[in-house]
Amino acid sequence: MLDQRRVEELSSGRDRGAGIRVVVGETTGFAHTADLSERGLLTAAQAAATVARHGGGGVREIALGPLINHASVATMLPKDVDKSRKIELMKLADDAARSEGSTITQVSVALGDSSRRFVVANSEGVFAADHQVRTRFNVTCIATGDTGMQTGYRPIAGTRGFELLSGEAVAEAARGAARQAITKLDARPAPSGDLPVVLAGGSGGILFHEACGHGLEADAILKQASVYAGKVGQQVASPLVTLVDDGTVEGEWGYLALDDEGRPGARNVLIENGVLTDYMWDYLRSRKEGRLSSGNGRRQSYQHLPMVRMTNTYLLAGESDADEIVAQTPYGVYVAQLGGGQVNTATGDFVFGMTAAFMIEDGKITAPLRDCNLIGNGPDVLQRVDAVATDFSMTPGTCGKNGQSVPVGCGQATMRLTGVTIGGAAA
Amino acid sequence: MSDLIERAVRILESVKGSEEIEVYLASGVDTEVQSYQGEIEELTNATSTGIGIRVLRDGASGAQVGTAWAGSLDDVAIMDALREARDNARFATEDEFTAFARPDGVPAVALELTDPGVANTSLDDKIAMAIELERLVRSGDPRIRQVDSANYSDYVAEAAIVSTTGIKASYARTGAYVSVEAIANDGSDDQTGWGLSAGRSPSDLDVEKAARDAIRRATRMLGAVKPASFKTTAVFDPRTAATLFAIIGGALSGEAVVRGRSFFANRVGEMVAAPIFTLLDDPTDSRHFAASVFDGEGLACRRNVLIEKGQLQAFVYDTVSARRAGTASTGSAVRGGIAGSPSAGCRALQLIPGELDQAEIFRRVGNGVFVESLIGVHSGVNPVSGDFSVGVTGLMIRDGQLAEPVREITVASTLQRMLLDVVYVGSDLEWLPGSAAGQTVAIENIAVSGT
Repeated sequence: MLDQRRVEELSSGRDRGAGIRVVVGETTGFAHTADLSERGLLTAAQAAATVARHGGGGVREIALGPLINHASVATMLPKDVDKSRKIELMKLADDAARSEGSTITQVSVALGDSSRRFVVANSEGVFAADHQVRTRFNVTCIATGDTGMQTGYRPIAGTRGFELLSGEAVAEAARGAARQAITKLDARPAPSGDLPVVLAGGSGGILFHEACGHGLEADAILKQASVYAGKVGQQVASPLVTLVDDGTVEGEWGYLALDDEGRPGARNVLIENGVLTDYMWDYLRSRKEGRLSSGNGRRQSYQHLPMVRMTNTYLLAGESDADEIVAQTPYGVYVAQLGGGQVNTATGDFVFGMTAAFMIEDGKITAPLRDCNLIGNGPDVLQRVDAVATDFSMTPGTCGKNGQSVPVGCGQATMRLTGVTIGGAAA
Repeated sequence: MSDLIERAVRILESVKGSEEIEVYLASGVDTEVQSYQGEIEELTNATSTGIGIRVLRDGASGAQVGTAWAGSLDDVAIMDALREARDNARFATEDEFTAFARPDGVPAVALELTDPGVANTSLDDKIAMAIELERLVRSGDPRIRQVDSANYSDYVAEAAIVSTTGIKASYARTGAYVSVEAIANDGSDDQTGWGLSAGRSPSDLDVEKAARDAIRRATRMLGAVKPASFKTTAVFDPRTAATLFAIIGGALSGEAVVRGRSFFANRVGEMVAAPIFTLLDDPTDSRHFAASVFDGEGLACRRNVLIEKGQLQAFVYDTVSARRAGTASTGSAVRGGIAGSPSAGCRALQLIPGELDQAEIFRRVGNGVFVESLIGVHSGVNPVSGDFSVGVTGLMIRDGQLAEPVREITVASTLQRMLLDVVYVGSDLEWLPGSAAGQTVAIENIAVSGT
């Protein structure tokens, strides 16, 4: 962490252990241990098997296949890069941000990398290993003016090594964060009520992550706790919507060669031209339905149980021109960057925060707006997509579910929603 | 317990030259049971240990600190972490304010934060509580069509912090929880409600109350509509008020203040809230689930009055932020587990209760909106600028009574404005898990966005 040009909080850590899952009928027993000795593993296995104590018992032979071993796609592993090089890059970002103007009063830069190796073996013969190297670089700027302080933020993140971070890329991110904070100094309170919204390409993908992605996860579906349960084959969205979850986009933040249950990452079409085609599946839920997992079984660490999670979720690009979409919007809100969001899968109600937004007046982008949330209902908002452009891009995020965080990617091209509720404070 | 301290003290013996070492050791046992359709859906048994090591070295223009952690306590992992922390320290910027805590003479308040009930209750009894919770919700109202999750969980946690600067502290804590999410349906729409009970032991838990809460919250939201936008008084229930207080607590962190990231900076002595608003951070109140004897640097926790009758009194500090501000630590270092460095933060917030119960607050407010759950808090609140815009479900208040349910709306203002606009503080203080307790609070001039 580089904060106000001071290098602070240099931290490194190491974690290793085993998680053991025992599934008996509809019941899962789970235990984890950092003790990898035979005795430690057996103790954990016994704890995990507590749930099976009323069962029949007995011993079964398991034929493990040959180990399928995936190497990392990173070319510069974090451990091979000198710490001083990482710090240089952070200072470069700090300088670039401050060069945008004297109203930038604070710059904070964080760089993190992780190397995650795992092997999965199960009683159905899966025996597979993966090495996932991830690198993340964030710049946060604060601009100070007569109206108080405003923040700007840009992330760079990928399932890559240090090669992800060129001097040019970090400087561009830093300048972007700085400009965003400076622009917001002139921001006025966002309007309140239902308005047309144009989402710029990239971070707008969070809309689909929240508005329908979580509701298409099979754990919510099988418990009838999703508004999309029982809707396969139905038109659930505007025909402009083709939504894909894709763990195979090499190097993206949500990329994985193998999911945490040993299944290969896959490209799964969830909604095609507005028609719901399938849900996302992990081992446990697909087993119940007698089908294969879609490669969406993920866990934060060996200390957590796998569950259905997204990887890289994106809306396929359309055919409109991004500038034309704005020009054809007489009045509305242009959202250049979305922050995080949250959804209640059972009701479909979701929110997401706009961290860089502007008014659209007479087809032109005008005044910047202060931060606020948008709120909507998933099935409703999916019907309101009336234009999708060609300028596709992706953005990284961290997805939280039941206390577990995993890296995910979101993506989309510039698009318009005919109406969403803007939660501003302006009358 | 003393094992952890002894273990930590032994690591300090590796100290070299003029460096200082701080060791944070933690261990825990967790149990979690989830019931679904009358059976155990998930049962987790876990034991975890870990170590966080910080090494400080003195340079010409200040000290440097490096940090490392490991998820196990074997000797090799510990020695690797120590070496890595030393190496990391070389790259930190020398800073005159960087320091480890030293004993400050403030005596620790003795608190009973453990209950043998967690260890002594059989696994079967714990499983039975989860199953009973689910049964009570499913059978409690015909409109409940699903129970998404019904959980029992508990933990025993121990930690020790020792340093070559004289810190030697250890503490233990137990906790037990039941929580449940119900889905109600009246033939058209689905609504959800969440119920919870918390304590230090399984015997503290009120399973029936958790079930009743979930049912009531889910069923009374049925038929919720999205109203037109309007400006009104919002009444926050104890849970959502606690979320609000925790956000305000974030801006009262000395760390945010010295870094220039708090809208409270340079305002001590000013009226920042309504005169009925008195906010404390008091980890020495053992009724608070987040109560603690020691802070994250091993100093005694203490009672800190932050806002008194609307007037900003003080911020909470850890050692480094206090030195930067030219003051002393308030015993308010918090750390996010073994991998986190200490930083200043509120641990156990509570608002001094008022005299009105919730029904009386509804009567006095007359017309407004009752906020029962929040969504999008992390994306809708900017703690630096104070901008506040959060998704809400709840009920309208009409003529002093709860009326129809509302959904898919946001409530918006700024945190600065909201504190000054507090009109009523309830008497119904509720102890909740997390860093803040809560009670009913009414706030004027809130913009509600709907259609």
